[in-house]
Amino acid sequence: MSAAVCCSNLVKRYDGRPPVEAVRGLDLSVERGECFGLLGPNGAGKTTTIEILEGLLPATSGEVEILGRRWGREDDAIRQRIGISLQETRLSEKLSVLETLTLFRSFYHCGIAPEEALRRLGLEEKARAWVGKLSGGQKQRLAVAAALVGDPELLFLDEPTTGLDPQSRRQLWEIIADFRRQGRTVLITTHYMEEAQRLCDRVAIVDQGRVIAHGAPRELIASLGGEHVLEFTLEIPTADGRPAADALLSLPAVSDVRIDDGHFALSVTEPHVALPALLDHLKRSGHELTSLTTRHASLDDVFVKLAGRRLDAEAAA
Amino acid sequence: MNTPAPPAGRAPRQHPFWQLVLARVREFYREPEAIFWVYGFPILMVVTLGTAFREKPAAAIAVAVEAGPGASRVVAGLEAARRSFNVAVAGAAECRARLRAGQCDLVVAAGADAPPQYEYVFDPNRPESRLARNAVDDVLQRAAGRIDPAVVADREFTEPGGRYIDFLVPGLLGMSLMGGGLWGVGFATVDMRIRKLLKRFLATPMKKPHFLLAVIFSRLLFMVPEMLVLLLFARVAFGVQVYGNPVVLLMLILLGAETFAGIGLLVASRAATLETVSGLLNLVMLPMWVLSGVFFSSDRFPAAMQPVIKLLPLTLLIDALRSVMQDGASLWDVGWQVSMLAVWCGVTFALAVRWFRWT
Ligand SMILES: Nc1ncnc2c1ncn2[C@@H]1O[C@H](COP(=O)(O)OP(=O)(O)OP(=O)(O)O)[C@@H](O)[C@H]1O
Ligand SMILES: [Mg+2]
Repeated sequence: MSAAVCCSNLVKRYDGRPPVEAVRGLDLSVERGECFGLLGPNGAGKTTTIEILEGLLPATSGEVEILGRRWGREDDAIRQRIGISLQETRLSEKLSVLETLTLFRSFYHCGIAPEEALRRLGLEEKARAWVGKLSGGQKQRLAVAAALVGDPELLFLDEPTTGLDPQSRRQLWEIIADFRRQGRTVLITTHYMEEAQRLCDRVAIVDQGRVIAHGAPRELIASLGGEHVLEFTLEIPTADGRPAADALLSLPAVSDVRIDDGHFALSVTEPHVALPALLDHLKRSGHELTSLTTRHASLDDVFVKLAGRRLDAEAAA
Repeated sequence: MNTPAPPAGRAPRQHPFWQLVLARVREFYREPEAIFWVYGFPILMVVTLGTAFREKPAAAIAVAVEAGPGASRVVAGLEAARRSFNVAVAGAAECRARLRAGQCDLVVAAGADAPPQYEYVFDPNRPESRLARNAVDDVLQRAAGRIDPAVVADREFTEPGGRYIDFLVPGLLGMSLMGGGLWGVGFATVDMRIRKLLKRFLATPMKKPHFLLAVIFSRLLFMVPEMLVLLLFARVAFGVQVYGNPVVLLMLILLGAETFAGIGLLVASRAATLETVSGLLNLVMLPMWVLSGVFFSSDRFPAAMQPVIKLLPLTLLIDALRSVMQDGASLWDVGWQVSMLAVWCGVTFALAVRWFRWT
């Protein structure tokens, strides 16, 4: 059977002054039944890519195949089988939640009852409430419900959890995981590392319109050479200067060293070996620790290593 | 693409066209401000204009008489007349000031006594002023001994159907249909585009003509009650009657609503911001406001412009409405207007469908 989503050499240039090349030769293949994450910083080209895949935006060049079909020839057949939530849509505020879903349901030949979609998203209590009166998180859930009423085989979600509190986010993950457990396919974009790690079978990390890494989150993290990260900062360095990167790299169980503006991060395979060695080294060279943390390596570290900057740097700013 | 029957156990679906219409209707009726602007505003307009142009007893003519030896003769003459004059005596400068400010229509200065001499100061550009000159002149001439050789009888024309209000109401009906269709459709469409709702619809298997037809069709559901309210109000408050067939009138209202909805859709078919669409809507409406004869007959414009004016959709609609309401014209009599409106409606809708931008 063909892949759920397949695109090769996708290019999108927005005309204008100056023209913006948002996607520059992007290849992607999403297998049926997997949850695939497109990961990247703001402006990486995630929305542009997913909207081309959804058939909402024409590509400048490149091939796209959705469920074995192509846009332009079998649009209705594709649309009947995919569900979409856009990064930002303001549904009609004066319609109730149930009315909105009934409207969306009417567009599809087959689908689930609007009430069933409400139940899945935990919005039953809000069935008669106007969309304008929902909280931000409830609106996001309604957007996903509207993507589900057509009972799709393939679900496209563009940043569905942005702006949600941790609990609502976890609820939505549960819904997406449920959907995948029925053997269906999800393509999701996000810039939350944790989300991608928890939810996705595979991810593609996108930066400046290109895929810079792809694979299962665990494999990508393993490619860093250490599952753990030791981060520390030091008291004003003594006269003999900062510890040299070489010296740190030669410590046991340390596979990588990054120094960023007085902030040290070591990729470490075995923290219980590396930590005593590090403390010993710092003591001998006369450095004072001001902070020290250990954590599991994340996709964020993968991105930092590949792109040389933090993934959420812009988002945090 | 054949339509597979929904598998057993799955929810039956509503027809998308009716769902789209229903959505538009609900959105509209749940917006209290919109209700006021749509239903309240035209009525307010009829009340204001209807009151302003109500037949009132001929207003007293305001005359200022320059103080002087002959002033009392003028005052006595005017007061003895059958028509009522509002006479004030003042200094020459004061009299002119009053005329300038529109507080009086005419200034009379009396000269020598035998034969009596008068000087009239009036503003030839003001109809009341010219009227006052002639009325006062008549009175003073008769007072000085003029005998009118012909015998005349005055009969006042107050036939229903022929008053200004009877002329005005069809004009307002047309104007409301234009405003409602253009603004209602144009604004709502661009708003949905800005909210990315159109894009969201595009992402579903929704049939595009369903959506566009629903936008147009839902206009009918708002416009028909609005027109009925207006007609009813005009009837109760001012006795404005419909002399023609009400069914033909209803048809014209429907056709007018559709035509302007189609034009609204066309205007909004590519606009990306509310500023753009309101600019375009004003551009489209302004010539019709001015030329199509809402407040006075469009025949007053130069003959050279008439072919264009007569083809404007609002002129076509108002002409047809007036013929039916005032003269009791049949559908056949307004066949030309009806067919031209249908052409406007069909062409603008077809173009709108073609150019419509969903993103
Ligand atoms: N309509 C447009 N016209 C011009 N440039 C655009 C347009 N849409 C997006 N861009 C540009 O294309 C680039 C990619 O944008 P895109 O929305 O795909 O990023 P993204 O990865 O979805 O970012 P975010 O995480 O902020 O949603 C950006 O530099 C953006 O400025
Ligand atoms: Mg985006």
